[in-house]
Amino acid sequence: MNNELIVTSSPHVRSQDSVKKIMWSVVIALLPAVFAAVYFFQARAISVILTAVAGAVLTEYIFQRIRKKKITIKDGSAVVTGLLLALTLPPSIPLWTAFFGSVVAIGLGKQVFGGIGQNPFNPALVGRAFLTASYPVLMTTWTVDGVSSATPLSQMKMEGIATDTWNLFVGQIGGSLGETSALALLLGFAYLLYKGYVNWRIPLAMVGTVFLGAFAFGTDPIFHIFAGGLMLGALFMATDMVSSPTTKLGRWIFGIGAGVLVVVIRLWGGYPEGVMYSILLMNTAVPLINRYTRPRSLGEVK
Amino acid sequence: MKALTFKQGIHPEYNKELTKDKPLKNAKRPEEVIIPLKQHIGAPLKVLVKKGDQVDLGQKIADGDSFVCAPIHASVSGTVKEIRKVTDPGGNIVDAVVIEAAEEDKLNSGLEKHDSLDELDPAEIRNIIREAGIVGMGGAMFPTHVKVSIPEDKSVDYVILNGAECEPYLTVDHRVMVERPKSIVFGLKALMKAAGAPGGFIGIEENKPEAIESMQDAVEDDKNIEVKVLETKYPQGGEKMLIEAILGREVPAGGLPLDVGVVVNNTSTAAAVADAIRDGKPFYERSISITGHGINSPQNLIYRIGTNIGDLVEEAGGLKDNAAKVITGGPMMGKAQKSLNIPGVKGTSGILVLVRDEVEDYEPSPCINCARCVDACPMFLMPTQLANYAKNNMVDELEEWQVLSCVECGSCSFVCPAKIPLVHHLRLGKAQVMAKKREEN
Ligand code: SF4
Ligand code: SF4
Repeated sequence: MNNELIVTSSPHVRSQDSVKKIMWSVVIALLPAVFAAVYFFQARAISVILTAVAGAVLTEYIFQRIRKKKITIKDGSAVVTGLLLALTLPPSIPLWTAFFGSVVAIGLGKQVFGGIGQNPFNPALVGRAFLTASYPVLMTTWTVDGVSSATPLSQMKMEGIATDTWNLFVGQIGGSLGETSALALLLGFAYLLYKGYVNWRIPLAMVGTVFLGAFAFGTDPIFHIFAGGLMLGALFMATDMVSSPTTKLGRWIFGIGAGVLVVVIRLWGGYPEGVMYSILLMNTAVPLINRYTRPRSLGEVK
Repeated sequence: MKALTFKQGIHPEYNKELTKDKPLKNAKRPEEVIIPLKQHIGAPLKVLVKKGDQVDLGQKIADGDSFVCAPIHASVSGTVKEIRKVTDPGGNIVDAVVIEAAEEDKLNSGLEKHDSLDELDPAEIRNIIREAGIVGMGGAMFPTHVKVSIPEDKSVDYVILNGAECEPYLTVDHRVMVERPKSIVFGLKALMKAAGAPGGFIGIEENKPEAIESMQDAVEDDKNIEVKVLETKYPQGGEKMLIEAILGREVPAGGLPLDVGVVVNNTSTAAAVADAIRDGKPFYERSISITGHGINSPQNLIYRIGTNIGDLVEEAGGLKDNAAKVITGGPMMGKAQKSLNIPGVKGTSGILVLVRDEVEDYEPSPCINCARCVDACPMFLMPTQLANYAKNNMVDELEEWQVLSCVECGSCSFVCPAKIPLVHHLRLGKAQVMAKKREEN
């Protein structure tokens, strides 16, 4: 033997998973939605997405550089944030706005809290909330093929549901880049589920709650779950690990809570952007949820 | 039939093919043995020999007066060369008797031989187990006679033998089950009689079909003993997990299997009990897997307690050039060793050698709250939270969140994508709570 033996504490084997692998898998999972966006909105989609991703990665790099921390842009988490933000933006958004949104998402949403793992909110949603508050007009101008169209949320009708639902599902509708095709989002989500890199309780609870809520209050539930940013939010934002609960029961509560808020905002707020605020609000409750849903440990008498 | 199991847990790579088909064979008889004088959990022993004494194989060389201890026997016939301090595989500096082996072994244990359990009452069986120095062979080294001494206010309905061998790589229990099933069953019956338990189970993981078949054949005629097939999942062999899987009973926090009417022993321990009763043979040798990709010819050996681990490694073809880490025990709970120059003890079930590529330098990054550790913990703890409390010395929170229930199985560290050494933090957390408890008393 020609080398020193390594001595570390047990366990001596580890799983192959890493933060980097998980984050890049999320990027892969978002690709179908990216392709759908490019298909529907062409070059415009490409420039918005690239701008937002570049903004996020650059901001992460600059922050870490200034604070003399390890540069971790390769872990993929900033790319995920940039992508997610881009997918919530209307295709007609000016590029500088998209870029600015990413700077805020990473800067205010993540780095001020100390970087990865420390952020209480989903960074992409922080960026999006900031843009909505600062540039309400830019953020609610929806166009498809150069023609302005109202979002489906305001065009609800009972007749022709089959066609409408199909369009909602595959993406022939107005809306932000990633909101239009539920199919693409579900495909990506299925990939993450297969890899075991995402939890299903939050999206199931959230979408299920919206479905039941819409049904209970006499609106079309199918329509409600495919319309607006619900799928994108439930599948990819509410499930953001850092800002969601770590207990199983907690994830149910988180999902149901977010779903209830979506229904309340959509039906009585008269404002289609319920998903974003619902998730951000539930983010604030995570420490509390974790605390009160701690599982009973084996053999514990509570 | 569906395999039984506990909830949560992990699926590491098992790597048992390296040695699972290698029959047990006797290791070369050592020229010298270094026998540590503390090889059990419990009170220390008094040494019974001195430098220059001639000792026989199986002769008691150390014993104690306290109930929770197990005597130690000479593992070769020979001359006591000296008594000196050594480092044992647990990293403790302990007294050890060094015996220079004579030409030949002469077994002289003073233990009688009994062909049948009928002639023995429970107390006599317990006494033989104690006198033979038998301790748990899975690694914890808890004296076996203590386990089967049931307090008057308690009763036991089952003795469970742990044949799960859920630690990756190790195949000793597997081999003993394949090669010596009758001895295991005899030992199990002795343990049942000693504990006053009417029933017995042998739990074996699905990935050992030969062992399952072998044990099933061996218990065919016994109505009250049953082989239970368990799902291959780590830590299936943990005492609490076994009881949960087989009986659906939950050992209360801070309690013992006894509290739910169960005693758990290792299958190899049962075989050792049979050897003590039938052959008058005390615990002076055991089987071990010398394995891993860093070993030239992995195998299963039977070695004398106190044999130098380096000699065993040599016998298995020695280390490969890219060997990087030597572990006594398995990869999940075993201990990395600085040197091969240590004696094997009663709890040493394996020597695992990992190569450079398998020993990555894990650099921990911040927790991303992914909850993989929470979903893996067989004790239903929240390792990420506990690790944070431990880092910040939050003793009250540690206690409230049940850190003392941690069985240190390593599942949480195994799954963590941020490569945080969670078990390490939890061990420190447990120590903090224990320190506080001591202060209060
Ligand atoms: S917290 Fe303890 S019991 Fe739970 S997985 Fe980690 S080491 Fe095992
Ligand atoms: S597995 Fe690691 S990264 Fe995930 S929650 Fe647990 S400690 Fe955090």
